[in-house]
Amino acid sequence: MKARLPLTILTALLIFAAGYAALFIAPEEKTMRAIQRIFYFHLPSWIAMFSAFSVVFYANVAYLITRNRKWDALGVSGVEVGVICCTIGLMTGPLWARPVWGIWWTWDARLTTTFILWLLYIAYLLLRGLLEDPEKKASLSAIFGIFASLDIPLVYLSNRLWRTQHPQPVILGGQGSGLDPTMGKVLLLCVMAVFCVMILVLVDRYRLELLRNECDELRFAIESRGAESGSNPLRADEPALGKAGR
Amino acid sequence: MKNFDFLFTAWMVVWAVFFAYEISVARRISQVRQEIGRLKQQLQQQAQG
Repeated sequence: MKARLPLTILTALLIFAAGYAALFIAPEEKTMRAIQRIFYFHLPSWIAMFSAFSVVFYANVAYLITRNRKWDALGVSGVEVGVICCTIGLMTGPLWARPVWGIWWTWDARLTTTFILWLLYIAYLLLRGLLEDPEKKASLSAIFGIFASLDIPLVYLSNRLWRTQHPQPVILGGQGSGLDPTMGKVLLLCVMAVFCVMILVLVDRYRLELLRNECDELRFAIESRGAESGSNPLRADEPALGKAGR
Repeated sequence: MKNFDFLFTAWMVVWAVFFAYEISVARRISQVRQEIGRLKQQLQQQAQG
């Protein structure tokens, strides 16, 4: 992959630039002071998560229409990367909440729907681990993935529809919302940095899933030939079908 | 800077989680590649024998 090295260098530069801008260039917020700067990593992780789960939804629908296993590979890759971004958001949120609210967590609509979203996609990954048949695994996880995605708009709208302890949206919010222009630029830089990392990780995870499919096909070919000749082609000390690196 | 410990922890969490995940993916890719190489060899041996 020729684009890999320039993209990695660009991402590394963006990470350093975003870190510097968030800590030293962005103006300090008047009431929360320094702790507000967590926002520059917290919000981008949610944007990356929404993007990854949107890819999952698209891949799941595409798999059910085409039955092409590449879509299934993209779906599971997106889920894993989305769960990572969601985990980051769920960890950085309480780190902001503790000094500002005085508590780590509260069961308000935004936090609860997000936690449910995280659990749903963890369940998606567990479900895949329980199923052996590749066709059944791909179909059921695509259906479950589409079901899980129903929570995404709920997460997004939760602090618009209900009163929540979570701050009201500052971007695309109602009257009185909005960001200082410098804060907006720094946020954009941080979103770009986290988004580039998400893309890099997603591409690698997708490559891993394609390699696993290739591995499964090779094992199937060996087993088929073994069945034809009447011998067991896979030695007893070798890992089970398609389990390498899982 | 007040609450710098929380801010620093959050900043570390973001990149540490991504970094740890990327390393885990790279490790799994290398394992699967080794497995593919071994299976291809086995398939060749089967074809010859």
